[in-house]
Amino acid sequence: MASLLNLLYQCGDSFAFLVLSALGLAVIFGMMGVINLAHGEFIMCGAMVTVSVARLGLPLPVAIACGALVAGVIGIVLERLVIRHLYGRPLDSIVATWGISLIATQGTLILVGSSLPGVGTPFTSVSLGGNSYPVYRLLLIAVAVALLGALYLLFNVTRYGTVARATIALPHMAEALGVDTGRVYSLTFGLGAALAGLTGGLYAPTMTIVPTMGGTFLMEAFATVVIGGTDVFIGTAPAAAVLGVVKALATSWEGQLIGQVALLVAVIAMVRVLPRGVSGWLLQERG
Amino acid sequence: MTDAMPPVPGLSMPVLSVSGLHAGYGGKPVLQGVDLAIRPGEIVAVIGRNGVGKTTLMRALIGLLPAMQGEIRLSGNPLDTLPVHRRARAGIGYVPQGRDVFGRLSVEENLRVAESLCVGRRPDLQRAYDTFPILHERRRQRAGTLSGGQQQMLAIARVLIGQPSLLLLDEPSEGIQPSIVQDISRIMVALNRKTGIPIMLVEQNLDMIRAMAQRCAVMDKGRITADLSAQDLQDRSIMRRHLAV
Repeated sequence: MASLLNLLYQCGDSFAFLVLSALGLAVIFGMMGVINLAHGEFIMCGAMVTVSVARLGLPLPVAIACGALVAGVIGIVLERLVIRHLYGRPLDSIVATWGISLIATQGTLILVGSSLPGVGTPFTSVSLGGNSYPVYRLLLIAVAVALLGALYLLFNVTRYGTVARATIALPHMAEALGVDTGRVYSLTFGLGAALAGLTGGLYAPTMTIVPTMGGTFLMEAFATVVIGGTDVFIGTAPAAAVLGVVKALATSWEGQLIGQVALLVAVIAMVRVLPRGVSGWLLQERG
Repeated sequence: MTDAMPPVPGLSMPVLSVSGLHAGYGGKPVLQGVDLAIRPGEIVAVIGRNGVGKTTLMRALIGLLPAMQGEIRLSGNPLDTLPVHRRARAGIGYVPQGRDVFGRLSVEENLRVAESLCVGRRPDLQRAYDTFPILHERRRQRAGTLSGGQQQMLAIARVLIGQPSLLLLDEPSEGIQPSIVQDISRIMVALNRKTGIPIMLVEQNLDMIRAMAQRCAVMDKGRITADLSAQDLQDRSIMRRHLAV
């Protein structure tokens, strides 16, 4: 019973990490077809802002919101300056966002140093069935589920969502119906960046804050998006669920390293079984 | 202001005036100096053989193809430099060939997208539903599941949300069964009579042209080469000559 509960927690924890890592990437890729290799740096940015604001004495939720906001604003600026000029050129946008990623990582290293002092993980632990579970990580599972729900509502209920889905389907027709598609792309990229920043903020209390921390998220984010394909809602969540279970099972069996290996093996196996257009191509590109 | 056609006494300024318009794909002009004027309240059919540039003209008017040369004015205001969404908001109601409804969006969501056309005024979905009641019945249905005729009605209803000053219909009869083509023609003529909205129609279907158009502009090799009156439209031999593929 206790070990089953433990496994369930592991699955939920992996699921939350995969969902939160992937959401920003999935929104930008699914809605705009842009493969954002700077995704990890938006996460890093969110984490850095969060710990900086939290150390000023502001409450953690406010600090996390600031992290998401700053990442989102930087996303909108970058979309205007760089990404906008590369629509319909997926390979060029990969190179450009990779360049942004390198500049951001090295720039942060120069400006901020090799690490920032972190903030402590809030809350303590609860005991259940003889094991204790950190409350903050349980909270992250709930946040991941809530975010999926909120995004679903955003894209299916709000006016922005309707216009965004129309723009993604037939951009020329959306324009001919008065939609400023440039603005829609800009907002969507900003949303993806803000989601990445939010993820960074949420995990900031649990990690060491270093300029290269984005890499930790990037691999899992790509794994989830590759399996999920272009549809954020019917793709990302089930992909994260499947991969979360695989990773949790393998980790509890043989530890972290085998967990990562199992994750990659599962990705490769699933792409063989479900080759989904760009998703399959993406894995090929990344080796 | 230079008009494509001399002003007709008793009629006000043209709603649309096009002069010397060149446009095309990849640097090759398909349109080679189009001159055309649409006056208030008229329904004009643009006819011609396949490949003479009728659809290209429509795309150039809404701005999906940039003009290489020439001038487009809507109610006297130049459109040439405006991006597509600004031209649409300025009053060009463009209904493309193949309809281009958003298949995965519901009928109502399709109409909601077109609310972007209404700047500074309340969008009126009810007007669209009054023109095409079937759309109200199907408003929760995905647009992709509608019949061709219903999709055409939706495509027209969408641009009506913006209360356009000119309707551009590109092959509205394409792939639609004859009885529905008649319905759509009737509805469009009624709308034209009631609101005075001018309609520019690219069409191959002679029945639809006869049912709707008051005159025909004949296109050949990227220019307007003839102007046919309502009487000419009834003359089978003239029409056959200009429509022959």
